[in-house]
Amino acid sequence: MNTAESKAHSVKERAGYALNNEFLRNAVKFTTERLRLGKKLASEEHGNWDEWRERGRQIRLHTIAHLDYYLNEFAEQARANGAHVHFAETAEEAVALSLQIAEHKSAKSVVKSKSMVSEELHLNKALDSIGVEAVETDLGEYIIQLADETPSHIIIPAIHKNRYQIAELLSEEAGETLPPDTAIMAGFVRMKLREKFLEADIGMTGCNFAIAETGSMVLFENEGNARMVTTVPKTQITLMGMERIIPSWADLEVMATLLPRSATGQKLTVYMSGISGPKRELDADGPDEMHIIIIDNGRSLQLGDPEFQELLNCIRCGACLNACPVYRHIGGHAYGGTYSGPIGAVLTPALNKNVAEWDDIANASSLCGACYEACPVKIPLHDMLVSLRRRKIEAGRGDKLEAMGMKGFSAIMGNAKRYRSVVSLGKWGQKFVVRNGEIRTRIGPLKGWNSYRVTPSLPKQSFRDRWPEMERDIRRTSGQMEPEIANRLKERLQQQKSRKGEDSHG
Amino acid sequence: MESPRGRGVLARDRSIGPYPDDSGVKIMKISLFVTCLSDALFPRVAESMARLLARYGVHLEFPEIQTCCGQPAYNSGYWEDARISARTILDAFEDSDFVVSPSGSCTYMIHHYPDLFKDDPLYLKKAKALQFKSYEFTQFLVDVLGVTDVGAVYPQKVTYHPSCHGSRLLGVKDEPMKLLNQVKGLELVPLPFAEDCCGFGGTFAVKMADISGAMVTEKSDHVLETEATVLVGLDMACLMNIAGNLRHRGEKVQVKHLAELLYEGVSVHEHS
Repeated sequence: MNTAESKAHSVKERAGYALNNEFLRNAVKFTTERLRLGKKLASEEHGNWDEWRERGRQIRLHTIAHLDYYLNEFAEQARANGAHVHFAETAEEAVALSLQIAEHKSAKSVVKSKSMVSEELHLNKALDSIGVEAVETDLGEYIIQLADETPSHIIIPAIHKNRYQIAELLSEEAGETLPPDTAIMAGFVRMKLREKFLEADIGMTGCNFAIAETGSMVLFENEGNARMVTTVPKTQITLMGMERIIPSWADLEVMATLLPRSATGQKLTVYMSGISGPKRELDADGPDEMHIIIIDNGRSLQLGDPEFQELLNCIRCGACLNACPVYRHIGGHAYGGTYSGPIGAVLTPALNKNVAEWDDIANASSLCGACYEACPVKIPLHDMLVSLRRRKIEAGRGDKLEAMGMKGFSAIMGNAKRYRSVVSLGKWGQKFVVRNGEIRTRIGPLKGWNSYRVTPSLPKQSFRDRWPEMERDIRRTSGQMEPEIANRLKERLQQQKSRKGEDSHG
Repeated sequence: MESPRGRGVLARDRSIGPYPDDSGVKIMKISLFVTCLSDALFPRVAESMARLLARYGVHLEFPEIQTCCGQPAYNSGYWEDARISARTILDAFEDSDFVVSPSGSCTYMIHHYPDLFKDDPLYLKKAKALQFKSYEFTQFLVDVLGVTDVGAVYPQKVTYHPSCHGSRLLGVKDEPMKLLNQVKGLELVPLPFAEDCCGFGGTFAVKMADISGAMVTEKSDHVLETEATVLVGLDMACLMNIAGNLRHRGEKVQVKHLAELLYEGVSVHEHS
């Protein structure tokens, strides 16, 4: 992301940079395809995927509906385990708490494992401001930190970079030219980070799931760096969004089945750590002091909001990004916030009280529903995007020209006779722009559309113009209904009647 | 079966397919939800559908008060405008026993009506009733009528694009496959990344023209990769988008609604 790109203030502008960046588009396509295929195979192999998605959804719905209860239970248990539990209502509070701990420990350096919530807080910059070095130890995050960028994917932060670009970044850090060979590059980072782990005063992690019944935190990772972060430094800080809770270890079984399969197509993540408090007397390693900072930062705004509460069910697997055909073309930075893709397009405005600044990202979707289909806990993101658009209009922040267009639309479509005369008028009007049955002009609303397409012209007669004659013709020539078909229709009619009272959506 | 509400002799004569019942001949009202796009731009699609269904004794009736399902306004957040348009659909099909449409997306829009009219008791009632009697064309043909072989012959290499709303939200996945598999002479070639959106998305194609353009360009690339001579689908909006891009690039691949392909396949067969 260059300077011009980071300054671009609309989704459209930022997407423009991405669309003109072949490296980025190819890198994003390559990796999302791999992850998408992995997920497809892993969910098929599982055998009862949809049933488990529903289980996951129910666990999340239940937990969020009783979030106050489970948060209390978690905090009590974690304190009983010897951890310090802090609650932060805002990002600023969470940052202040983290800095206080760092200052109290006279920390010079912090090693971090991957945490999206720390990205929300822009914590690395804050630590830097008080002279504490923060080192990302997840390979992808490390690359992003070297490039001074933000993650462009929830689980693959450097998805927008290819290995040649990564080799360049690492060579600069190494002071020598490293070949774009994955094993060599990873070897360099491992060596470099080993020193950082040993000298760090504080280890900082995120939290995939917090288990209320025992006050434990569970981390999923593939590189072993989170295990180092949570065992080597003397002090550990865990940052967790307040919705990360699940009630019990039994519930984790469902989540541990859904998360890795959805994220990368793995049946199990390589390292899964369950952490219940600081080092005990008989433990060989682990931190002497443990802090858990539970962060709201806009999350509680969703509680009690029927259209958005399910957002809190998200387990941050990134499957919706990998499935999204828009993300595929524009990558993560175009979304402008910490979270990208379909979940980011909804979460960023939601966490920010739907302020006007974030109005446009809900438009960066064709509402195809691939996100919903991919989601392991069935969050209806496509419906939420429409809700966001509607709230913008209701708040009076709609585009004036568009609003006029929609008034015109409803004036025409509210009455079939008017609609019919407008179609007739269109047939008359289009003769100025139609050539060989096609419209290629790039004026007005056709500008964007016709830059990539030609538009078909209106035929001489609409369907309703032709229907009276067509119907007479059909009646002359049509067949008799067979008893079997008649019976099927009758049966179906009965079914429909019995369903009438249902409150179904789809 | 209860006697249908408010149905006069005229309606009976004009539009209905009779079938025998224990108590004599009963009447069923099966209506065509043409969709504004098919009505104004692609009349052959609805015609093919009507003629194909008539072969099974299903006589569609066409309530002329229908206009548009309201989806463009609904998806853009203008729900008040969407309601004005959607009421024409709810009024048009109030008395219908079945409603059949050549679009999965417009059919799915009906499933949003209960939400759209949640504060309007009169139309909420109509909305709830309509969602259970509305069908996309292949749903009606395959799932309701039980027809998979329409007797079509179509010796071409064909690829199929599953439109998002029809396949993901309405759940129409197997029905078109069952129909295509029975067409004689037809070679069905799989479309790479078939499930990826073509980039239409209604006003999205205008508001986010470059993202939409990138999506439709990739979709056309995949269509061309198959070397099919015909692309079929179940939604004219998506097909108009893809066809528009193919024409823009000077490509000759034919783009058709499945109803058109099947009806052509039946007609050619019978007239040769």
